[in-house]
Amino acid sequence: MKISEVAQLIKASVCTNNSVEGIEVVSACSADLMSDVMAFSKSNALLLTGLVNPQVIRTAEMMDIRAVVFVRGKKPTEAMIEMADDKSIVLLTTDYPMFVASGLLYENGIHGRGE
Amino acid sequence: MGGVVVRQYDIPANDFTVAGEASSNVRKILSQLGVSPDIVKRTSIAMYEAEINAVIHGNGGQALVEIDTDKIYIRISDQGPGIADLELAMQEGYSTAPDSIREMGFGAGMGLSNIKKHADQLKIDTEIDKGTTVNITVFFKPQTGV
Ligand SMILES: Nc1ncnc2c1ncn2[C@@H]1O[C@H](COP(=O)(O)OP(=O)(O)OP(=O)(O)O)[C@@H](O)[C@H]1O
Ligand SMILES: [Mg+2]
Repeated sequence: MKISEVAQLIKASVCTNNSVEGIEVVSACSADLMSDVMAFSKSNALLLTGLVNPQVIRTAEMMDIRAVVFVRGKKPTEAMIEMADDKSIVLLTTDYPMFVASGLLYENGIHGRGE
Repeated sequence: MGGVVVRQYDIPANDFTVAGEASSNVRKILSQLGVSPDIVKRTSIAMYEAEINAVIHGNGGQALVEIDTDKIYIRISDQGPGIADLELAMQEGYSTAPDSIREMGFGAGMGLSNIKKHADQLKIDTEIDKGTTVNITVFFKPQTGV
């Protein structure tokens, strides 16, 4: 699924300035603990989280996660946006809580599985 | 790729804004050297977990990285409290991280076992009140008979 479709499904807006083209999401991981994300080594994954700090971007970088959705209306800081742009990671924000955002994506074909 | 690339990094204590800089830098170098994405990811995961541990448990430390033609060796050392029971610490779910660390998104007790999972070789030296040194090796090609 393309990032633009993800954004549409969960009514998310893009916070970063880099291009969202070419990013294809096939699986997703919802977590507030980055420790759990580190144990999720699927590729082409999307991360949904309620945690807002620079380590979210770092963790995404290490795990080859190209897109992160902040749930429940949380917004990344300027420093995080800069960091994400530098690493070609797309940041999005949605007002939906984690469960609902995850459910909407699951319902539309993004499952936790993947490579 | 030819010759050995050697890098050294300082890992500041309890600084979450720069935690992971060393791992991020090594990741860039490996990618530039043309190491396969799969190996880059395994190396990144192992090094980042060890780096974060040095930040949150070890009062910061140092990283030494040696990239050879066939492997990468990473040494993360700190002069922190050391690990009293390493076998216990290696178990999934065991963590002494306080709530303040958990609020930062870490402290599930998964790091050491995750390092073990992704490293080809792992050796941890630790002594109470002296510190901890984590030695990680990842080979660029599958090893036979190692
Ligand atoms: N460098 C270190 N110095 C002192 N103690 C350490 C060090 N690394 C790990 N430990 C001890 O081992 C425990 C387990 O480490 P591990 O990395 O597996 O989990 P964690 O860091 O607590 O949580 P997570 O890695 O999931 O975020 C830690 O809680 C801590 O007690
Ligand atoms: Mg850890």
